[in-house]
Amino acid sequence: MCSGGSTTCERLKCVKRPMVREQARRGRRTRLCSYCFPTTLPRPSSGIRAAWPGPASPLPPRRGLQCRHCFRGERPRLPQSRGASPSGRRGGGRRRLAAGLPAAGRGETLRSSAGGSRQESGQPRGASARAGERRGHGGARHGAAADGGAGRRPGPDAAVLRVGPRRDAAVRDALRPERDQDIYMETLRKLFNESHGIFVGLQRCEEERAARARNAQLVQVSKNYRSVIRACMEDMHQAAISARDSALHSQYSIQVSILSAMELIWNLCEILFVEAAPAGPLLLRLLDWVQLHICDVDNMVREVLGSENPSKHKLFWNVVDIFVLQGRMDEARHLLSKEAIANPTSMNMYKILDDLMKKMPVPSLGNTQTLTEMELKWQHWHEECQRYLQDGTFASNSHMESICKILLGDENAILEKKELMTTWYHFLVTRLLYSHPTVKPMELRFYAQSSMDMFLGEESNPEPLDTILMAAFEFELHQVIKECSVALSNWWFVAHLTDLLDHCKLLQSHNLYFGSNMREFLLLEYASGLFSHHSLWQLGVDYFDHCPEYGRVYLELHIERIPLNTEQKALKVLRICEQRQMHEQVRSICKIMAMKALRNNRLGSALSWSIRAKDAAFATLISDRFLKDYCERGYFSDLDLIDNLGPSMLLSDRLTFLGKYREFHRLYGEKRFSEAARLLLMLMTAHIAPCSFWMTLLTDALPLLEQKEVIFSAEQTYELMRCLEDLTARKLDKQKFQDDDVETMKVEMLRLALARNLARVIVKEGTLEGS
Amino acid sequence: MEEVCARFVSQKISKARWRPLPAAALQPPDLFATGSWDNEDNRISIWSVGDVGSAGLNGEYQGEPQLLCDIRHNGDVMDMQFLDQERIVVGSSTGSVTVFRHHQNNQTLSASHRWENAHYHADQYTACGGAACTGVICNNPEIVTVGEDGRINLYRADQKDAVRTIDNADSSTLHAVTFLRTTEILTVNSIGQLKIWDFRQQRNEPAQIFSLTGDRVPLHCVDRHPNQQHIVATGGQDGMLSIWDIRQGTMPVSLLNAHEAEMWEVHFHPSNPDHLFTCSEDGSLWHWDTSTDVSEKPSFLHQGGRSTAYFSHSTINQSVVSAWLSNDPTKDRMEITNLIPNQTLSVNTLDVLGPCLVYGTDAEAIYVNRQLFA
Repeated sequence: MCSGGSTTCERLKCVKRPMVREQARRGRRTRLCSYCFPTTLPRPSSGIRAAWPGPASPLPPRRGLQCRHCFRGERPRLPQSRGASPSGRRGGGRRRLAAGLPAAGRGETLRSSAGGSRQESGQPRGASARAGERRGHGGARHGAAADGGAGRRPGPDAAVLRVGPRRDAAVRDALRPERDQDIYMETLRKLFNESHGIFVGLQRCEEERAARARNAQLVQVSKNYRSVIRACMEDMHQAAISARDSALHSQYSIQVSILSAMELIWNLCEILFVEAAPAGPLLLRLLDWVQLHICDVDNMVREVLGSENPSKHKLFWNVVDIFVLQGRMDEARHLLSKEAIANPTSMNMYKILDDLMKKMPVPSLGNTQTLTEMELKWQHWHEECQRYLQDGTFASNSHMESICKILLGDENAILEKKELMTTWYHFLVTRLLYSHPTVKPMELRFYAQSSMDMFLGEESNPEPLDTILMAAFEFELHQVIKECSVALSNWWFVAHLTDLLDHCKLLQSHNLYFGSNMREFLLLEYASGLFSHHSLWQLGVDYFDHCPEYGRVYLELHIERIPLNTEQKALKVLRICEQRQMHEQVRSICKIMAMKALRNNRLGSALSWSIRAKDAAFATLISDRFLKDYCERGYFSDLDLIDNLGPSMLLSDRLTFLGKYREFHRLYGEKRFSEAARLLLMLMTAHIAPCSFWMTLLTDALPLLEQKEVIFSAEQTYELMRCLEDLTARKLDKQKFQDDDVETMKVEMLRLALARNLARVIVKEGTLEGS
Repeated sequence: MEEVCARFVSQKISKARWRPLPAAALQPPDLFATGSWDNEDNRISIWSVGDVGSAGLNGEYQGEPQLLCDIRHNGDVMDMQFLDQERIVVGSSTGSVTVFRHHQNNQTLSASHRWENAHYHADQYTACGGAACTGVICNNPEIVTVGEDGRINLYRADQKDAVRTIDNADSSTLHAVTFLRTTEILTVNSIGQLKIWDFRQQRNEPAQIFSLTGDRVPLHCVDRHPNQQHIVATGGQDGMLSIWDIRQGTMPVSLLNAHEAEMWEVHFHPSNPDHLFTCSEDGSLWHWDTSTDVSEKPSFLHQGGRSTAYFSHSTINQSVVSAWLSNDPTKDRMEITNLIPNQTLSVNTLDVLGPCLVYGTDAEAIYVNRQLFA
């Protein structure tokens, strides 16, 4: 059954993983990876269940891949909002909320009512205060986003937010108090990361596919999500096992049960909404669903089959009953045949029952038979069962009689097996199987409600999970999403589920009175949560990208708040902004980095950053620093940068000057004096050089003037003289009576040098012309 | 068929490196190390992909990397290199450089030596802030580190102090470093320059500067051809792959338009240098193969289902034996394959050794491909 092969999974081509398991079904072997395996759909008719050891494959469970019921008895269950609070009030609060979401606008009243409901629910004050703090924290973060986010998010989301963090006190205490705790769980990060890939893939896949192919694709996506939840559950289970600390252990166990509840809900939504199975196949899907999620039986089966004489085991009939209740006829018959062999006297009775079970008509998955055909067959078979029951064929064996009653869909007989079914939705599916096999999707709600009432009776009240499933059976999509938002501690589930349902075009009719629509609202919430994490923010970007209305504003506001510890991180953030043409953010990031570099005296780096941001003002500032440093030290630092400015030199005048001035130095160093002289003069006459720097430039001209060879022409010398006079005249205007000895001496020397140069050049030019 | 194993590890991977094989080893590598970044506590982890002892029950998880041990690391892991079979040198965003020792008998990691503040900003206003160490390269026993402060440090594994430090070696950030010869190193910086430094020279100046023309696109990674030391490949911010011949000219021999975003790493295959691997911020990992003989696969007949493309070099000056520098237009083709079909988040790192490839991503996953040339 298991192979260490090297092929990839045949079912999901999503993630390339090593092939780990094979599933035999209808003579064909499908190779599945560890992730996809648990989500196989049709129940193998041969009764071979590879993942969960069934009668035909009593293998030991592998690497904790047991049903979640075997996870130390963790059932799929959502954290009860408050154990102490009376049920009536809790229900009331929920109803109020349910009414609140679509009817937004009345934010204030809603907010107060939500607050009120908490007060009256008699919850300990301390917990309330703590929850309040946490929300306050989140609110502060999100408040910034809301400012720019068109000042929306009034009541309803506030209500959801308020109720969002309702969770088990144990969970709350075990985790960090004032954070969105789930994001900080190592194992859940895998869930976030892997589902991110699926999410992006879903957004990318084109819309124009044929409806049928499109539907198949969406179902596939849904399965991918579920297998990620499964994988995460496995990891969490492993973590729970290896946890030494008991608090940690219980924390993990709680997460396992929450995850398994998530998967249970998701699976039901997949059947009802994504796949939208029609009457007939619908029942088969529901059976699969129950078989997949309620598998106490497998432990029992293993125990029974492992014993020396299975038919004498005390749980034998329980196992048979469970098989019958779950519609696993082949397995039930297999077991019964063992019993029959042991009791040759009542062989006939067994034969009849076996025959009945064999003949039971099942809806077909393909289009091979019509519903009426099926119903006819069913009627016929039903009458046959009825006949046998009435003529007392099974009267001698109470077990078999009750099985026959179950086959007839006798509700009381089924209800007697309450302990074996454990949940009302199992009861619902069993009841449908034996009394309404061709149930239509729209009829589900009636059976669901009555099944729940019958099963739970008067005394107990429904848990959050029950309400959610009930809402799903009632096809109240929005109610499902709402209830999940209330019951679950993070936005992952609702955001992804809503997005998927939106791609199924199921949510379009519903518009919120705030923001854009529910999908976007939930995605924004989820992504904002990711952004508050020090490491997961990168995932959030893609979610914002797929929120057409407010995604960009959110992203802009969030991305600016990411701390930039290293240049590499800055580059990554910068890339995100550049890809989305967020020029404002690009500029601000570059400025931050340039400022940082400047503080660290890394002028070269700072200049690079400001060039990247095309920030002229900052480039000027840095160029001035360079020039100042030069004036103080007499040499340039960071030559490798200044020499290679290239076209970016044109960013600011000062930067141009810096580059050109450095070029003058290079020419001078290379003894290309006439070029150097021309450049120097040009810097002043074209007014590239700042006036404060003219004196330095003129001083730089001194050695050129004093060269043996004449460099400046007469005209150039006149220009130089004019520059000098301009400068002194300006100086005089400003500081008439401040006489600086050094300055005057410099001017005197310059004048002298210019005069001498002029004399020489006149002579030279005169002789040249003369000759 | 390709065998790629993935594992989600709950931390963004910044570096992944195979443990080097002993000289005479024939078997493929079985151990690699990863470093994480941007986490509250970052970790150095050692993973095993060997068949022995690592396979789970019934061998079903065969091939998936198994965690052997890990240790906390202060700051983001910026670069990481194996010094020898047991020791790993790690550069941190805090500016320190640490040597970790992997004890193979009891599978633990410990820090055996640390140079605090190997890279720092000298500043009068703030108290000596550390500057990220961006690149590390080892040539046992020598270790060279470069950083955002533009400093180059030369350490010896067994000595406490730096053997040589070049302050302000670069005015901009140095992004990566590699050994050219035993005394010469190559660095790339954020203004598109490739510099050769010779430790025999006492001057604190580069022996040679090469640069991309004009637009000063930052270079992020550098690798040298394992056999022909004059051939150097660099990857830039715009995803461009540049091949340089450092014997001549100051410009790259060829510029190949590749990824759409920053190229984070480039590696020649150590024993099969006709193959080159690059990974990028855009979430792709490319395999460049110049060993393809055109006569075998005429391009007009080749209809690959994979994203295969033929590229032609543009500017070549001379004919050399190496395919990377060749200028014969008919022969001058390379096959490029993207190894990641559905890319999303950045592939930060890759390492290749023998038939094995490992890469790590920002999607918190590590991938191992053990049949690269199958």
